[in-house]
Amino acid sequence: MKKQPLRLAMLGTIGAVAMTALGVLPAAAQAPAAGGASILDAIKARGTLVCGVNTGLAGFAQPDSQGVWRGFDVEYCRAIAAAIFNDANKVRYVPTTAQSRFTALQSGEIDLLARNTTWTLSRDTSLGLDFTGVNFYDGQGFMVKTSTGVKTAKELEGATICVQPGTTTEQNLTDWARANNVRFTPVVIERLEELVSAYAAGRCDAYTTDVSGLAATRSSQPTPAEHTILPDVISKEPLGPLVRHGDQRFADLLRWTHFALVAAEELGITQANVAQMAANDARPEVQRMLGKNGGLGQMLGVPNEWVVNVLRATGNYGEIFARHLQPIGIQRGPNALWTTPGGQQYAMPFR
Amino acid sequence: MSDIPLNTSVAGVPEAAAPRQPPALTTGPAAWLRANLFSSWLNTAMTLVLAYFIVRYAISFVDWAFVNAIWSVPNNQTAACRALKTSPNPGACWAVITEKHRFILFGTYPYEEHWRPAVVCVLFTALYVVSAMRRFWRWELAVVWAVTLVAIGILMWGGVFGLSYVPQERWGGLPITLILATFGLAFAFPLAILVALGRRSSMPAIRVLCIAYVELIRGVPLISLLFMASVMFPLFLPEGINIDKLLRAQVAVILFAGAYLAEVVRGGLQALPKGQYEAAEALGLSYWQKTGFIILPQALRLVIPPLVNTFIGFFKDTSLVLIIGIFDLLTAGKTAVVEPAWQGFGVEVYIAISVIYFVYCFAMSRYSQNLEAELNRHRVR
Amino acid sequence: MSQSAADPRHLRTPPKRQLRLSWADERIRAIVWQVLIVGAVVGIVWWLVRNTQHNLEVRRIATGFGFLQREAGLPIGEHLIEYTPASTYLRALTVGVLNTLKVAVIGIVLATVLGTVIGIARLSKNWLLAKVSAVYVEVIRDVPLLLQLLFWYTILQGLPAPRQALNPVAGVFLSNRGLRLPFLDWEAGHSWALLAFVAGCFATWFYARTMRRRRMQDGQPRPIWPAALGFLIGLPVVAWWLGGAPTGVEWPALRGFNFQGGMTISPEYFALLIGLTTYTAGFIAEIVRAGILAVSQGQWEAAQALGLRPGTVLRQVVLPQALRVIVPPMTSQYLNLTKNSSLAVAIGYQDIVSIANTTLNQTGQAIEGIAIIMLVYLTISLSISLFMNWYNSRIALVER
Repeated sequence: MKKQPLRLAMLGTIGAVAMTALGVLPAAAQAPAAGGASILDAIKARGTLVCGVNTGLAGFAQPDSQGVWRGFDVEYCRAIAAAIFNDANKVRYVPTTAQSRFTALQSGEIDLLARNTTWTLSRDTSLGLDFTGVNFYDGQGFMVKTSTGVKTAKELEGATICVQPGTTTEQNLTDWARANNVRFTPVVIERLEELVSAYAAGRCDAYTTDVSGLAATRSSQPTPAEHTILPDVISKEPLGPLVRHGDQRFADLLRWTHFALVAAEELGITQANVAQMAANDARPEVQRMLGKNGGLGQMLGVPNEWVVNVLRATGNYGEIFARHLQPIGIQRGPNALWTTPGGQQYAMPFR
Repeated sequence: MSDIPLNTSVAGVPEAAAPRQPPALTTGPAAWLRANLFSSWLNTAMTLVLAYFIVRYAISFVDWAFVNAIWSVPNNQTAACRALKTSPNPGACWAVITEKHRFILFGTYPYEEHWRPAVVCVLFTALYVVSAMRRFWRWELAVVWAVTLVAIGILMWGGVFGLSYVPQERWGGLPITLILATFGLAFAFPLAILVALGRRSSMPAIRVLCIAYVELIRGVPLISLLFMASVMFPLFLPEGINIDKLLRAQVAVILFAGAYLAEVVRGGLQALPKGQYEAAEALGLSYWQKTGFIILPQALRLVIPPLVNTFIGFFKDTSLVLIIGIFDLLTAGKTAVVEPAWQGFGVEVYIAISVIYFVYCFAMSRYSQNLEAELNRHRVR
Repeated sequence: MSQSAADPRHLRTPPKRQLRLSWADERIRAIVWQVLIVGAVVGIVWWLVRNTQHNLEVRRIATGFGFLQREAGLPIGEHLIEYTPASTYLRALTVGVLNTLKVAVIGIVLATVLGTVIGIARLSKNWLLAKVSAVYVEVIRDVPLLLQLLFWYTILQGLPAPRQALNPVAGVFLSNRGLRLPFLDWEAGHSWALLAFVAGCFATWFYARTMRRRRMQDGQPRPIWPAALGFLIGLPVVAWWLGGAPTGVEWPALRGFNFQGGMTISPEYFALLIGLTTYTAGFIAEIVRAGILAVSQGQWEAAQALGLRPGTVLRQVVLPQALRVIVPPMTSQYLNLTKNSSLAVAIGYQDIVSIANTTLNQTGQAIEGIAIIMLVYLTISLSISLFMNWYNSRIALVER
């Protein structure tokens, strides 16, 4: 009996050795190439796309009750996978936090980051990253309880404001407050869920984040009419997918996949009618886009019928928007097509 | 609840000196009540106040959790739950657990393959139970551990025996918590023994290294180590080599646990009387013979209860991996209530998760107490 | 260090022996081992540093602590020193350190008191009290702290809004914006009084020490309290009076969205303090209980046989021995509490981790940010460790 603890120790050691074997082998086997090598080739060789997403943001990226990732950003990952492999399910989703997102991309842990990230000059240059487009135009606003009677943001003098730390939101808020001589008390909480419940419980007089987030929060409240989104929009928040420096071809593919989704909406191509359009539509641009002629896909390093594959998997931009964002109360607004007044989504020509 | 021999041993002491009262009632429930609840004016007051609060809060809790609760709703229609929250007789909305329990337990693991992580959880629990029984403390247990851990690896990853391959990013929920804690212990324990011995070594350089390691790790919060694993660790490696996130977090947990366990083991080494060291030397045993056959068996016996307590500590601490976006039990629970239909039902999810943590930790803590009592039996009269 | 003294090989002085260049020589073996291990560690560190330098260069990530002097632009709700978003990152981080210390120091004091009370209650003769304490300890210890903090924060958010604030005593308001108390209109006189109080504490300590030494010499008991009263109350009052005897008090009042004036204890701070205190108290209670149980019954019996009163037995015989068991694990609990305060970020209390985190997110300088967090906690932890080790060695059993 007196040797038993020693035996326990031995057991621990043996278990540890077994686990090293188990743990290290797959990790070493899946070391993807970072830096200079072609990211697109590496993805093709691996057979899956590794996509960094939010850990959980309603409408943009969140796992459902069965553990399947769904949302606006997730559809972009699926679209890229469909373009490369003609299979939207060949994606591995890596949840990233506000802190770890850029490191994960820089180190090659993920191939692309589709995670409501604002395009700013410093991120584009000093972090060694490339933004490939804007798939969602947003702006920062405020929401207050209707009962406070506040009509504009300038009336928030002396108020307590709930804000998420470590984001551009926090800096915009202080910039705005200093420019307008508004004094406020901040309540900063990292997890969105906690922050919203703090606002709902009355811990803060106002809650500030991107207008899309405010709309989503408002619609999820028991009585949305009790909350008012103020008309002031205090910043520009262009959100889009990004990649690391080093492979322009992969960045091109991302950029043009977004344009394809927008152009498809413009041309009236949907998930349902894409096969029929590819066969019958005689418009030259549709012919080029859907791979009937022009060889555009090969220029990007993917099959010529890549747009057909993408649309069959995800539908066009408008369909994605309607599927994930409109149910939680986000309107098209600036994200409508450029052909509608106030719309800013514009696709470059497919030629 | 516990420690009846220990309780009476101390509580009985001051009484022994008091002058003896003539016995009024010496046996039966009335006598027990009088001795344990109403022995003095102060005791009676304390009993009554405590009883009042317990009854009052127990009633309102039972109302909330059972009487007024909603157990399931059709198709994510949570209106009834929301009405219940603001009503004068509030109740719990357990429907969120009914709807989301598989996500909370297994995260983003493929839905149709959920039996695999379920079996893994059962295997882990069985492994704990078997390792806890002294009857099974023999060499064969090492084989059982090795086989079980390999089986767990095969079940989680798949790719052989007709199981489909599941990449690590899709693992989540309870298996992650169990993996982090168990492998954390399996690696940290041998490391801890070496460091504890090194800290008492006669070689100054090794002693300094061990002290530096232990104090450095113990001096910083686990959060900062996890940050390091998540943000800084990729910078340490040569370009092109990439270790997955779970393994990085696992390394952080091992380094963290190793330092704490080392201090526990060192406590055991220090508690041994000097005579044991001197006697072993007098027998002419070498350092490793002395350590392996004389010192460690006795020292580790002394520290099993604190070891289990340390293990409970970092079983709970694994919940901090939510900061680096790993889907452990707590993260999965928090993510479950992000969906707009289910926002605002965090309390129910927290309670459900607390119950899971409690079951594991409570079992381990009772085990450590029983073991402590058993090991100290010779001291209790 | 003390470990080497405890090693039996150092107790007997070995005869001077010539160093033989052979594996059989213990000292040669020791040197070889040390060179090998230190070499390996240095090699690994060098490799990591080189990789890091290379990666930083390739990814064009800026390095250095120059960002500390830049304007932070981040809002901080609670600050002990003057702070605006126009202040530098350095000042923001200093505010964070002070916030961490504020919750850690007060938490340690409260947790020690609560833990000791519960630990003793677990050994109570009252069955109900003992059981309630036991259940408390089990439940608190077996649920992750993060969950408990979220729970307390939710409870505090359930308090009424400022307009319906609870007002138990004139000038005291309790709402979901926290606790508002009237506070002194701070003037120089108050600072002098505070300084005098600190000086009085030191004076009392020295006085008590001297008196005890005298008592040891001649056996005459000398009361300490008259002098202590003078030092602790008289001295500050005199300083306050000399400083102009300011009497202004600032009362909180509801203006606009919230109360203005007076002193605030925010719900975030309060939730963190309650969470850390109750959680750590659960562990301290077990340590105290184990410490008292560890004193063998023979000690109780022998002390009683000498005719000592129960209070004296506890104070003079049991407690000094129990402390030897209690102090080392207590040190770990104090360290744990300090480090656990880093979970503040989950409920929005801006401690050093929260602010450093925001800083590294805004500047992208992860290495510097994490280095600052680690440095701050190491400094605090080592201070606590050194103090408790000193205290431990004072009360440790002197063996052979």
